[in-house]
Amino acid sequence: MLMQEGASVAFQPVGAYVSPIILQLWLIPALPVLASGIIALLKQAKRKTAASLAIGSLSISLLLSVAAFIHVISAWSIGWAAETIHPHGAYPHREVFIITWIQFGATNVDLGWILDPLSAVMLVMVSFVGSLIFIYSIGYMEHDENYTRFFCFMSLFAGSMLGVVIANSVLLLFMCWELVGLTSYLLIGYWYQKPTAAAAAKKAFLTTRVGDVFFLLGMVWLYSQTGTLLFYKGGAGALEPAALSGLLAQHAGLGLTAAGAIGLLIFAGAAGKSGQFPLHVWLPDAMEGPTPVSALIHAATMVAAGVYLIARVYPLMAAGPCACGSTTALIVVTWVGAFTAVFAALIAVAQNDIKRILAYSTISQLGYMMAGLGMGGTAVGMFHLITHAFFKALLFLGAGSVIHGCCEEQDIRRMGGLWSKMPWTFGTYAIGMLALCGFPLLFSGFWSKDGILEAAQHWTVARTPFYMLVFGALLTAFYMTRQVAFVFFGARRGNEPAHESPRVMTAPLAILAFFAMALGLIGTPAWPWFRAFLDGRAVGFDWHGFMEPGLLALMATSMVVVFIGLSLGLWLYGGKSPAPEEPDALERLAPMPWGWLRDRLYVDELYGATVIAFYGWWARVADWLDRCAWGGAVTGVAWAFRGWARFNRFLDTNWVDGAFDKSCEELASGGGLLSRVQNGRVQTYLRILAAAVVGLVAILIWSSRA
Amino acid sequence: MTPLTSYLLVAALLFSIGLAGALTRRNAILVLIGIELMLNAANLNLIAFWRYGPHPEALTGMMFAIFSIAVAAAEAAVGLGLVIQIHRHAHTTDLDRMNRMRG
Amino acid sequence: MSFVFYVLAALTLAGALAAVTLKNTVHCALALTVAFAGLALLYLDLDAQFAGFAQILVYIGAVAILIVFAILLTKGSETPKEGVYSKNSFAGLVIAAGVFAVLGWAVIESAKVLPNETAAPSVTVLQIGNALMGRYVLPLEIVALLLTAALIGAVIVAMHEKGGAR
Repeated sequence: MLMQEGASVAFQPVGAYVSPIILQLWLIPALPVLASGIIALLKQAKRKTAASLAIGSLSISLLLSVAAFIHVISAWSIGWAAETIHPHGAYPHREVFIITWIQFGATNVDLGWILDPLSAVMLVMVSFVGSLIFIYSIGYMEHDENYTRFFCFMSLFAGSMLGVVIANSVLLLFMCWELVGLTSYLLIGYWYQKPTAAAAAKKAFLTTRVGDVFFLLGMVWLYSQTGTLLFYKGGAGALEPAALSGLLAQHAGLGLTAAGAIGLLIFAGAAGKSGQFPLHVWLPDAMEGPTPVSALIHAATMVAAGVYLIARVYPLMAAGPCACGSTTALIVVTWVGAFTAVFAALIAVAQNDIKRILAYSTISQLGYMMAGLGMGGTAVGMFHLITHAFFKALLFLGAGSVIHGCCEEQDIRRMGGLWSKMPWTFGTYAIGMLALCGFPLLFSGFWSKDGILEAAQHWTVARTPFYMLVFGALLTAFYMTRQVAFVFFGARRGNEPAHESPRVMTAPLAILAFFAMALGLIGTPAWPWFRAFLDGRAVGFDWHGFMEPGLLALMATSMVVVFIGLSLGLWLYGGKSPAPEEPDALERLAPMPWGWLRDRLYVDELYGATVIAFYGWWARVADWLDRCAWGGAVTGVAWAFRGWARFNRFLDTNWVDGAFDKSCEELASGGGLLSRVQNGRVQTYLRILAAAVVGLVAILIWSSRA
Repeated sequence: MTPLTSYLLVAALLFSIGLAGALTRRNAILVLIGIELMLNAANLNLIAFWRYGPHPEALTGMMFAIFSIAVAAAEAAVGLGLVIQIHRHAHTTDLDRMNRMRG
Repeated sequence: MSFVFYVLAALTLAGALAAVTLKNTVHCALALTVAFAGLALLYLDLDAQFAGFAQILVYIGAVAILIVFAILLTKGSETPKEGVYSKNSFAGLVIAAGVFAVLGWAVIESAKVLPNETAAPSVTVLQIGNALMGRYVLPLEIVALLLTAALIGAVIVAMHEKGGAR
């Protein structure tokens, strides 16, 4: 069943036009999965084949994604041209393709995919950043012997992530969601011989599982209420007005409607995947995996899947706004996001591992995205997601280049003075760092973060998230400056000489750096191309976009905040290169808070004391039950059986066999008795014969007498 | 007691005597003698029935008896030949000793 | 019944009794001959002349002689040590008595239905001959075959082993 819907009123297709793009959209995730399957069958020695298959399939997916993107743009511009007739409409172009997978009587289990601006832009981002990271991995994983296994898992991940992006059916989304979690587990635990890596993989899987349980509950509830698994289905989908009004009419207790409750459950799942507090604990440990994995999965794409999910089900989250102007679900999303942003940024200040700083930075930025979604809608959150993907991937790949160049050293206190030794890495890393901090004007991070701050400023419910986010921006600038100062400036504190990475690694860095700067252009207030594209509205270049009330003041505020952060960082850390044993500059100023921040605010310890301790106790109880109770029962049953078997054997040997043997003996002796008749003497036989004749004739005569 | 009945009784008695001889004597030849007596008793029966039965002119009984005599002669010859051969083998004609074919 | 019949019957039965009870086997054979003779005379009494003469010829003339030969060839004239009666001979006697009882009973029971006395038939040898060649030619031929087979069989059976008996 194919639908094309949602262009403006003037552009109603007569008869359904089936674009070939939507029919073949499934190829985009299928090709990397297929490549992964083929690589799984290859021998370990076939490294080039594995790499070419992975990169080749993802490149083809990239081309197809770009084609889909262009198709959506052209449909949008056609619709936009007709917008002049209806200037107030906002109809994002949307094409869906639905397959009925299983049918139980009247109910269907449907799968399907969707092509709209949201999925188009996400497809291009995932496949592009993924391709660049794959190319980078050729250089980074050069010396690893499980090269083919790496590309197999990465390819599988890429396919599943693309599957999450195009899913129109919540079931298909969940299946790909779980696959993404699985591949994340496999890749975090890539070096499974290391106990820390194996533990980190398990932690990641279990923590996201907690979120996934809630997601599953929400999904099942949604299906039972709306009767369909599809998001969009020509008016009958779960995110379409008819279903949403039905959900709003239901009350779920605690003052929530069904829509709100389902939205919160789905947010719980997204919080697990996107590392929101309190399910963030797995992300820093996930840095045990190889750096390309951290870049692709834990910076750019998988962790963004949670944000993407919220953006996808945004109509559900935003249904039925209360008097305050927002819905309960979105308010919760905003608060959790804002809190996570500040929480993670604080912890990042006191970390010493180059990747862990970036991990906490990622958690913080994900908080920003969630807050942006909650306060400003899909366009605001998604723009930050896209820009963050590029500069965070850039930062991780740069960190990988640094680690590679410093011969696997990861502690920033043992680095330093690398700006001259690794110029390309330094240059691109600096661009990424400035983009993350939100350095004004030239860098995309500035425009995307400003979009969030603007939405926060105009949020009708409360002002506190705005202040929290501003403080978070300050902290971001501060800890990034600390990191760059420790890594690239000052004296060289490491043991081995550093060297620049090969071009196969620095080229993707350069490309990402370019996009980290250029993407800002599509999100400026003067030309809000991205926002208009997602919403399906018309857009034009207009300097008056900057004249919105309070916008310039906000831009100035964020600029000032960034500069304060940068200068604080430079003041404390610039030019100095403390030895690893010395206490940190900030630590000297405030040792106790530093200690708390360095120990990650004790969240892991809290979990260890409560959840994990309980689980250990429960496991012991279950073990006792299993061994003593059930085991005892089983042993008892086995004993009963053995006894019964022995009893049966006794019966069989003595009674049954005995009876049988006895009867055989009797038979034999009877036969012996009978055979005595045959004594070999003729006269005996004759006598018997004559006696028989006597008897027979007597009977004959007797019977004939009557 | 019609004549027929008396002849029949005589024949029956003869038959029993012959049977007694066949069943009680030790020597194989005496068993054969008993058998000959039995056959003769049967012949007597036949002739008696022929004489006192209907249609004696059909000669059925007489013919039967004659053939019986002939066959009895043949049988006696063969039987005695067998007894002689057994005597050569086992050096005895004692029937009680000839019990090798026993069960 | 006539006096002749009783005499002849007594003779026959006495001879038969002697044949089965005497100790000496040769005496038994001779007693058997007397019995045969008695029977032949009974046949004559029954107007079955041909049968009577055939009886004399075949039985007395051939069978009895044969028996005597056999007795002599098997050293039957010697009395065995254990006696002439076999083991459990009393059982045989009882059985024979049973047989006589049953047969006698049958005869007496059927006495009412037995046919009456008819006139004595006159049977000529010509008639017998005609019957043999006419109605009973098949049995005749078969008996001839039988006699031939018996002849050959007796010879073979009684041949000495060294002479190539099969």
